[in-house]
Amino acid sequence: MTPEIDGIELVRLPGAVPAWRASVDANAWLAACAAVARGGGRLGALWASDERDRGSGFTLRALLVAYEGLICLELPLPPQAPEYPDLAPVFPCAARMQRAAYDLLGVRAAAPDGRTTDTRGWLRHGAWQPDAFPLRRDVPLATRLPAGDARYAFVTVEGDGVHEIPVGPVHAGTIEPGHFRFSIVGERVLRLEQRLGYKHKGVEKRFESMTLADGARLAGRVSGDSTVAYAWAYAMALEGMAGARPSRRALWLRALLLERERIANHLGDLGYLGNDGGLAFGLAQFSRLKEDLLRANARAFGHRYLMDRVVPGGVACDVDAACAQQLIAEGERLEDELRTLRAIYYDHAGLQDRCITCGRLTPRTAARLGVVGLAARASGHAIDARAYPGHAPYDELPPSVASHRNGDVAARIVVRFEEAFESLRLQRLMLQRLPEGALSTGVTQPAAGAFGIGWIEGWRGEVLVALEAGAGGTVRRCHPHDPSWQNWPALEYAVIGNIVPDFPLINKSFNLSYAGQDL
Amino acid sequence: MYKLLRQIARCGIRTEPPPLPDASLYQLAGRLNDDVLALLGRGLAIRHVDAGSCNGCELEIHGVNNPYYNLEGLGIKFVASPRHADLLLVTGPVSRNMEQALRRTYDATPAPKLVVAIGDCGCDGGIFGEGYASCGRVANVIPVDVAVPGCPPTPAAIIQGILTAVSTGAKA
Repeated sequence: MTPEIDGIELVRLPGAVPAWRASVDANAWLAACAAVARGGGRLGALWASDERDRGSGFTLRALLVAYEGLICLELPLPPQAPEYPDLAPVFPCAARMQRAAYDLLGVRAAAPDGRTTDTRGWLRHGAWQPDAFPLRRDVPLATRLPAGDARYAFVTVEGDGVHEIPVGPVHAGTIEPGHFRFSIVGERVLRLEQRLGYKHKGVEKRFESMTLADGARLAGRVSGDSTVAYAWAYAMALEGMAGARPSRRALWLRALLLERERIANHLGDLGYLGNDGGLAFGLAQFSRLKEDLLRANARAFGHRYLMDRVVPGGVACDVDAACAQQLIAEGERLEDELRTLRAIYYDHAGLQDRCITCGRLTPRTAARLGVVGLAARASGHAIDARAYPGHAPYDELPPSVASHRNGDVAARIVVRFEEAFESLRLQRLMLQRLPEGALSTGVTQPAAGAFGIGWIEGWRGEVLVALEAGAGGTVRRCHPHDPSWQNWPALEYAVIGNIVPDFPLINKSFNLSYAGQDL
Repeated sequence: MYKLLRQIARCGIRTEPPPLPDASLYQLAGRLNDDVLALLGRGLAIRHVDAGSCNGCELEIHGVNNPYYNLEGLGIKFVASPRHADLLLVTGPVSRNMEQALRRTYDATPAPKLVVAIGDCGCDGGIFGEGYASCGRVANVIPVDVAVPGCPPTPAAIIQGILTAVSTGAKA
């Protein structure tokens, strides 16, 4: 069913997920976004590309997630002073994406009616100057741009007894770099402001130097903990534009890998959540279970984190009957262990005391911010790209979507437990009924300018890859989008009113990717 | 409490023996002499710095403290500040936005400031290479004693790299 937006003609994009595209002008751009928002839709991603070598200017794209599927809106912008209407009043999560698009390409969001737009750099920091836009096509890949000014105007909170705690970019634990600026009174957080972009290493520029086939490997390294989700999204985008159809067996194996990635990450998080709540026992137990799973991955699929196992056209691994039996038996043991540990977590008064009502993200705030994935499901929004809009093979293996209404750390723990059990159930089904078929089918070279979209529910949330082919089988433009873009701002809300020592626990309960959003 | 203790008893001890040092991982000749090692034993404090990785290496660095590898059982622990650290465990490539933070972390670390670069990207820039936003390998920014390849390297390989950095550098 094609979605209907007044005055816009949507053209179906070929591929595994229901998606349409339309080129619009600035007025229609805003009107369409507002219409989708009114209909309960969300902003999936926003990015720009340089089209000046084709005799036009720039193109801004917004991926909207509507009831019927995905809508990719395209807004052509002039080569000189490219400006477009600010989307942040409609979709607040657009703000950081727009700032990133400016830093990389120089396309500027302008507020229509005298409202102000946040124009601070997001990815830029001091690595390049305000008039340099490194993702423009006339900037060569191996350029060392002159350094710019790294200063950043944090929002200051004033009042009696208010003071600031700056944290990062190098944090106290083994985690990724980012800066958190807490404004606090006593030990209570009044405001948290995040500054990210420290890991920006030019992934999108790197894609443009690669062939479509090689790009799959880089896609699998946008955020290492979600390598299966990204590799699948990339493959889905490429297969869509090339008209390739992987066999049922290949798709089932991809889903098997994706569910194992989900289980592994949930096990890791459940361990650290116990640890940050003062229950070191939990970390020891869950990290043992995670290691068992990773070792089984290495044995069965040849890589602990399943990197490069999903390839365009299919998969680079297989499961025989003996291996399937072993994985089923291990899955059953893991389920038993999880039941034991869940009972301990749910009975542990100290842990419950730390987690219940801590770091609450209300369903209303989650909806307003366009939060996705696990965090959305723990705040009352049962959205899951596997179930809706859905794609093969999940039409044959419909997942039961876990959700919770409380939106606190405890809710995010509950959702993780439920999802781990559900993934284990799906894994058992897949291994028992794995269909026959080729592991890989050929992907013909798509024509220059072909465009495709991949959309996969990773363990953290929806992963998008938007891919455009260049001449001779190269990547012209690839935009990978991590669910962390939408969920980082939600963390700023979730910590308000909590005490500073609870921040690590709240942060861990979201466990967002820095690499995935910094690119 | 009963369930918890029962689970601990049921699991038993899972820790496996650590790997031996591997002199082929050296970038700089071993800088510690026998006297220092005799004094330190294997007591070592590590500060991890993610200078721009995809976060795959971080997953395996977490792994070194799981019950199977149990790095802390060897007296080697992760600390919260570079000022408390003997060794920096750095994943890369070094993004330009992290270049200064990495240099400052290195400056804040007291001698002997051992540095172990983790992963293909830390070793040579990996798939991200050098570009407008990436300085490439860790050694392009700070001196590196030992480099551990892999995408990502396994926990055993990471432990081997750390143990190599605190050996004298004689061929095993």
